Amino acid sequence: MDYLLTEEQVMIRDLARRIAEEKIRPVAAKYDEGEEFPWPIVKVLADSDLCGIYIPEEYGGTGGGVTELVLATEELSKACGGIALAFAATALGIYPILLYGSDEQKKKYLPDIAKGKKLAAFAITEAEAGSDVGSIRTTAKKEGDHYILNGTKQWITNGGEAETYTVIAMTNKSKGTRGASAFIVEKGTPGFDFGKKEDKLGIRASATRELVFTDCKIPKENLLGREGMGFIVAMKTFDNSRPGVAAQAVGIAQGAFDLALKYAHERQQFGRSISSFQGIQFMLADMATEIEAARALVISSARMIDSGAKDVGAVSAMAKIYASDIAMKVTVDCVQIYGGYGYMKDYPVEKYMRDAKITQIYEGTNQVQRNVIAAALIKSLVKKK
Amino acid sequence: MNIIVCIKQVPETTDVKIDPETNTLIREGVASIINPFDTYAIEEGVRLREKFGGKVTVLSMGPPQAQEALREAISVGADEGVLLSDRAFAGSDTWATSYTLAKAIEKIGAFDIILCGKQASDGDTAQVGPGISTHLDIPQVTYVKKIEEIKENAVKVERMTEGGFEIIEAPIPCLMTVVKEINEPRLPSLRGKMKARKAEIKVMTSKDLDLDPSKIGLNGSPTKVMKIFTPPPRKGGQILQGEADRVAADLVELLKSEV
Repeated sequence: MDYLLTEEQVMIRDLARRIAEEKIRPVAAKYDEGEEFPWPIVKVLADSDLCGIYIPEEYGGTGGGVTELVLATEELSKACGGIALAFAATALGIYPILLYGSDEQKKKYLPDIAKGKKLAAFAITEAEAGSDVGSIRTTAKKEGDHYILNGTKQWITNGGEAETYTVIAMTNKSKGTRGASAFIVEKGTPGFDFGKKEDKLGIRASATRELVFTDCKIPKENLLGREGMGFIVAMKTFDNSRPGVAAQAVGIAQGAFDLALKYAHERQQFGRSISSFQGIQFMLADMATEIEAARALVISSARMIDSGAKDVGAVSAMAKIYASDIAMKVTVDCVQIYGGYGYMKDYPVEKYMRDAKITQIYEGTNQVQRNVIAAALIKSLVKKK
Repeated sequence: MNIIVCIKQVPETTDVKIDPETNTLIREGVASIINPFDTYAIEEGVRLREKFGGKVTVLSMGPPQAQEALREAISVGADEGVLLSDRAFAGSDTWATSYTLAKAIEKIGAFDIILCGKQASDGDTAQVGPGISTHLDIPQVTYVKKIEEIKENAVKVERMTEGGFEIIEAPIPCLMTVVKEINEPRLPSLRGKMKARKAEIKVMTSKDLDLDPSKIGLNGSPTKVMKIFTPPPRKGGQILQGEADRVAADLVELLKSEV
């Protein structure tokens, strides 16, 4: 389908596609197997200028927005959803600064991200606090010109590899979600260490790690926005970043589908190609339809965000739910089309199925996304009255 | 350091089809790319500029659509593109092509190094690079696999041979043709692509160059292609079977009788 992209957006998409095909696809299985962080690919992305496509020109980027981000993320994810995450999770980590950072904070942190010199990460989740932000136990206590951080964050994408972290911590526990604040913490700050690196089902090229803060002293200038705004910072960040996860899901689905379509055409049974059987044809047709619908929703939600529209939460949640749910369904069906071969690691399709699952879980489970949508629906009803 | 890189736009296929009537390449329906060997020359030129400063000019002769090849070269770091395009150049063989390119280089002006790919993937002659250096009367080093050192007035390079490599020093200015071992060409960058889109490609015709009309195009080409054909594939050959020493003895006998 033609999404009426600008000339520059087409360039971004084509460039990301070329990197995916020439640089990522040949090494995707290796990084999945070895759980190694794809630094050589990050270097390629940096040299290609893609790291700055959603960052304003005045801070070293090329001035695009969420639309550019989703176009590139989908293409990279077609070849490997895990490797693409080094790029996409950096956007998640840097969005709090893009949205709530002061000019000084933007000048300090954005140019290195735009150049691809540094990666970023976003840290909200803890052992006892995922969807329930109010249960965060990490604390930030103000002492003079500093905040002292204590606590442990869990399952942080790009953990250990990123240089710039945005961390949600409680400045006033008694206030619940209104007592949360957002901070920028740099790797190498004394008292900031990395804990366990996770062994995951999918997206294995991506580093997922614990962040451990032990009396970690950071300057008060590292507070994003004001004290107590942490929950808002996190929610608005997710509103902007969810289309990115959705784009990753569309990329994973499309990547698996492209393989399955080709395989169905080549595979001979009963003396003919299995793509000549209606049972397979209907599967292929459904998958292609769902992927296109998901892509349309992702691009539309991204454009709505870039237009400056106000209430984008529900729409970006819809994109995230739909794209990740169809990615799971499509990749399972792609393995089915491959039959026994699909279940074997010698073939690339099982990896897509493993990679797809996380998109239904992270950056807010699909159940929490439904809460977001329902809350927006009810709010609109109340407003009308 | 001023570097000129000569490139050719070729059909994107290794299975080149020839028109039996005209004995020329069939270009219809085949996408065009930069001759893969030339991409290494562009990359090397850009690396030299990044190290020593100066300018990389890419030069090509071809139909108007060859501008796309020059833009692609700019997207991976070249500074400017010059296209020689004129009906009068049509049908040039390697001699007329290298003569015309040499004349254009004289027009472009001062240069230190000319880089070319070792050969084009369609014609496979490997003659145009050496031809340019001969027309310009400058030294040439072919099959360069590494530029070891650039000195004040000379360049020290490794030249690939069948059994190894030679280390050669040549005075500057000179022309080098490069092999794929020399580097790994970079992918274009977004800013490079934007620059390439806006770049103005200078187009030169026969009128812009001081040419001897008898030396250009089909009439200026001493090569006359009488016929082009695909040689018949080799026949199956003979397979000797049995015990190893018996077969070895049979083979020796067979070779003796054949020679």
